[in-house]
Amino acid sequence: MAGNASGNVIVKIDHVEKIYQGRAGNVTALNGVDLEIKENEFVSVVGPSGCGKSTLLNIIAGLEEPTGGKVYVKGKEVVGTGKERGVIFQQYALFPWLTVKKNVKFGLKLQGIQEPKLSEIAEKYIHLVGLEEFSESYPKELSGGMKQRVAIARAYAVNPQILLMDEPFGALDAQTRTQLQTELLNTWEQERKTCFFITHDVEEAIILAQKVVIMSARPGRVKEIIPVNIPYPRTQETKMTKEFLDLKVKIWGLVYREFLEVRK
Amino acid sequence: MKKKRTIDKRVWSLISLVMCLIIWQLISISSAGAVFASPERTLMAFISMAQDGTIWVHIGYSLFRVLAGFALGLIAAIPVAFLMGWYKIAQYLLEPVVQFVRTIPPIAYIPLVIVALGVDESSKVMVIFIATFLVMVITIYQGVKSVDSTLVKAAKVLGAGDKDIFFHVVVPASFPFVLTAIRLGLSAGLTTLIASELTGASKGLGTMIQEASMYFRMDVVIMGIVVIGIIGLLLNKIVHLLERWLTGWQETHQAT
Repeated sequence: MAGNASGNVIVKIDHVEKIYQGRAGNVTALNGVDLEIKENEFVSVVGPSGCGKSTLLNIIAGLEEPTGGKVYVKGKEVVGTGKERGVIFQQYALFPWLTVKKNVKFGLKLQGIQEPKLSEIAEKYIHLVGLEEFSESYPKELSGGMKQRVAIARAYAVNPQILLMDEPFGALDAQTRTQLQTELLNTWEQERKTCFFITHDVEEAIILAQKVVIMSARPGRVKEIIPVNIPYPRTQETKMTKEFLDLKVKIWGLVYREFLEVRK
Repeated sequence: MKKKRTIDKRVWSLISLVMCLIIWQLISISSAGAVFASPERTLMAFISMAQDGTIWVHIGYSLFRVLAGFALGLIAAIPVAFLMGWYKIAQYLLEPVVQFVRTIPPIAYIPLVIVALGVDESSKVMVIFIATFLVMVITIYQGVKSVDSTLVKAAKVLGAGDKDIFFHVVVPASFPFVLTAIRLGLSAGLTTLIASELTGASKGLGTMIQEASMYFRMDVVIMGIVVIGIIGLLLNKIVHLLERWLTGWQETHQAT
């Protein structure tokens, strides 16, 4: 069942353009991005820094408005944020004054969910990320990897239809990073929740995704979409297979060319 | 045998205190002794005034003025600071005023306050109110402005509206700044106290010091100064405990 994302289109990005107006002139961050994300699909996005990956994610999330073009989620135009789109940030963004459990409850409470259901759902997702022992701890007592697990649990708890992840493992050490990749893979293989995953790590992009979107340097645009036809379940050993390595060489080459473009 | 012999911090504080007392004693027996009453005479002054109860009256009046002015300042500073931090219009209208008045030392507007309010309690409370309000409004406002935008984004994507963001993100995130403001406000209040008591009070530590200096009762003068210092220290300690208790969740908890 590799890459057979034959589901319905859940997110349609239609010629999205973003121009930032600055004192030193206008900067075109995104220049006509077209992309479709299908239901239950795992899509990774790679590109050199400054290619507008995060801007694109923020636009899908409804945190920023495009200056041109539109984004549709399930056929409806995106205006502002919505609970069907969960976001996981690189900086974890946990509320430091709330315990792990209260962080996970945050979005549920806003939906008007009451106790005891509230605790039930929160506990389920804290269990999913393996942090039962820490439900009463404050974020400052957790390591970076644990914080990101809480953020993942918090995003999952409100049951969004699509998860948008902005370099979620970018601030973690290599070991924690691979561990969280494995956990995310396992969760995705079970739940098949649509994921839009931004990273600058080519290996990470391939191991997780069914398709890798390569973005060109400023102004940002979709340069190429490479399907990853490696069957799931995948493990860290998958990174040693010939298929994987061939893809890595190919994608890395494309990204590197963009990187050189930026340097020019 | 890893444990090295280290001296407890409290022992150091004690040594520091003893050192100050020795220096004080030495100054008092030197030619400057006419002005610097010795620690012993200062303590005696305190004991006699404590026995006849007069010192408690002075402390009571001064504490009342500081705390009343401070409490009013805090009650006014919190809403104003949040308004300034949350609404751009409030910021544009109020920030220049606050920044301007803030640069004026309280002593400068004391005559104005006396003419306006007379020499009773209200004028002293008013001066302390103005001084503490300005310090606190700026501190809390800066806290509201510096709320991590990622947290606001995180709340938004979890379904929070403007009201939720204000009450569930901005308010708790600024809370450490409110406590810092309380600390700065109390010390500004104490500083302004003496100035405010120059507006012609009959009771209060500032008045007591002034009157004693006129009769050259230097033991009472120094005792008054020390008492103000101790009150400052105690107030600071209370706020510090509050901070530890209420904002222990902070990543980097700075002790001051």
